[in-house]
Amino acid sequence: MAIKSLDDLRKIKERARQSTAARHENETQVIVGMGTCGIAAGARTVMTAILDEISRRGLRNVSVLQTGCIGMCQREPLVDIVRPGEPRVTYGNVKPEDVPRIINEHLVNGRILTDMVVAKI
Amino acid sequence: MEKLARAHVLICGGTGCSSSGSKVIIPALREKLQAKGMEGEIKIVETGCHGLCEMGPLVIVYPEGVFYIRVQPTDVDEIVETHLIKGRVVERLLYREPATLETVPDYDDIAFYKKQKRYALINCGHINPESIEEYIGADGYEGLAKALSMNPEEVIEEIKSSGLRGRGGGGFPTGLKWQFTRSASGDKKYVICNADEGDPGAFMDRSILEGDPHRVLEGMAICGYAVGADEGYIYCRAEYPLAIKRLRGAIAQAEEAGLLGEGILGSGFNFTLHIKEGAGAFVCGEETALMASIEGRRGMPRPRPPFPANSGLWGKPTNINNVETFANVPSIMRDGAGYFASQGTETSKGTKVFALTGKINNTGLAEVPMGITMREIIYDIGGGIPDGKKFKAVQIGGPSGGCLPEQLLDLAIDYESLAKAGAMMGSGGLVVMDETTCMVDVARYFLNFTQDESCGKCTPCREGTKRMLEILNRICDGNGREDDIPLLESLSRSIKAGSLCALGQTAPNPVLSTLNFFRGEYEAHIKDHKCPAGACTALIGYKINEKCRGCGLCKKVCPVDAISGEIKAMHVIDELVCIKCGACQAKCPFKAIDKG
Repeated sequence: MAIKSLDDLRKIKERARQSTAARHENETQVIVGMGTCGIAAGARTVMTAILDEISRRGLRNVSVLQTGCIGMCQREPLVDIVRPGEPRVTYGNVKPEDVPRIINEHLVNGRILTDMVVAKI
Repeated sequence: MEKLARAHVLICGGTGCSSSGSKVIIPALREKLQAKGMEGEIKIVETGCHGLCEMGPLVIVYPEGVFYIRVQPTDVDEIVETHLIKGRVVERLLYREPATLETVPDYDDIAFYKKQKRYALINCGHINPESIEEYIGADGYEGLAKALSMNPEEVIEEIKSSGLRGRGGGGFPTGLKWQFTRSASGDKKYVICNADEGDPGAFMDRSILEGDPHRVLEGMAICGYAVGADEGYIYCRAEYPLAIKRLRGAIAQAEEAGLLGEGILGSGFNFTLHIKEGAGAFVCGEETALMASIEGRRGMPRPRPPFPANSGLWGKPTNINNVETFANVPSIMRDGAGYFASQGTETSKGTKVFALTGKINNTGLAEVPMGITMREIIYDIGGGIPDGKKFKAVQIGGPSGGCLPEQLLDLAIDYESLAKAGAMMGSGGLVVMDETTCMVDVARYFLNFTQDESCGKCTPCREGTKRMLEILNRICDGNGREDDIPLLESLSRSIKAGSLCALGQTAPNPVLSTLNFFRGEYEAHIKDHKCPAGACTALIGYKINEKCRGCGLCKKVCPVDAISGEIKAMHVIDELVCIKCGACQAKCPFKAIDKG
């Protein structure tokens, strides 16, 4: 890694910023229900799928967070998508294979998947 | 492709937290994450000092920014299971405000951090100090890039207009110092970083070197460009092994990246850096002694002029600044002098790092704007005095400084106001003392230090501090003489006038300032043979009063069998045998033992 100019420096800065992006809470968030009910229903594999999908797309400035039980245990795993200035949308019975669609349609393009939505907060 | 880490766990690896056990947490956490198959999604980062050393080992979990204190390896399971898997905060490991005992989960909401303005310490605790990428990600080396696009005179102008002054104690304007070295004639010039931090209770330089070493390298390179030097030395005491290790690593990384060495950032500027390990002599913090030590000679000061700017290392023009001074330079260059100059007071700009030690709840490092009051530092940031004791004084500036008593707590702190109060900024070490501290004993402690560290070159310093220490010893032992106070004052004047360097010139300060504010305590020792704080063992005694029920507990606990008495009858302490350890008083269930 030889840095020969300010441009080189800025490129490395950009790369470094991505690797430390998790050190502050972003406005764009994916929140996975990780209560006992969520974990029993398979929330861990959904979480892993979300992380894989975000990495695969190289998405930046997204925080992946967890939350506890919200009471709607029969619809777990629950996944919430938060985009800046938009309402928080909850998806229910999320399976790992649903994740790419949720990320692409909602998180990236802002189109709510009406067939899977259970609530809007 | 590197997998996205959804959470970063920052574990403090500074000297403070390492000694309270942070090193064993890292492998424990790594093992647990592997067992859970989570090693790819959680990143463990070992950082430098966060400043709140009292509460270490510190662990911070991002993205939420939850701040856990005094974390032990046995807590790792719960942090992983509860926080990292389920997203719930582990309440019992949260920080509690000393005043209210309320838990505070968020790093940014803790009172210790709220009043601080971190400028030199901005990265400490937040980046991995062993990664040049993380430093660059935090705007690192942009100050150097900007400096290289300007001409050296413009760089010096920028530093001048920031108002930055030497943070090692002297408070000399940094830009002016740079200009002297730039104007000095000679082809070969040097830059030296003074990392020989020696004041008891001061550890800001160590924390900067351990937590953000690249910042110091960048500051030195900017200085090298400005003064026309192509070579630099960092003089760091060997007692700072972690700082030296991180510096070596940082220099190697910067050389590999082309940010040190030849043709830096495609310019014609060359700059190489060396580390010189010192043996820890206090006098080597004095610039001429420091240079003698680098040259391989005995560390002793010499008369000035000539000043190092004209004739320094190996007789060449040399610019010497302290670690914290250099740490301020990169941000001043990158963002311009404006922000720095907007902080602080008329004569003292910017922020200063203070090390809080002694009788204070939040021992640690705090960076605050100049002009803040001592009350805000001690009570709002430091969390006040432990165990409900009363504040008595704060020693500032180490062995060269002085004490500020309670009536000066609201003094706005800057270089000038402290000097006027008979203390000095020094490196910014604060030792807080409560009502149980004897001020004569404090003066004796510092005199003992300077007497030990005097290099012996100047007779007034070598012999005078020894005589002063003897006098203080006899006052504390109850053998003080009527004329001891004027004698101390006269010796102080001679030592100040007859010493070459700051060590001798300032060595009497702790005595003079305690005499100024606490003369009554000296007089009580000498005339009444009493230590008002109850600290000097020769002047106190323990007596059993009529509340004694004859339980015999004190007799059992006394290590020298000084207590006698029959069960259910009043006991007696033999004053000739008693060593005044106070164990009996602590043990007595009936408050039947008085100290006096």
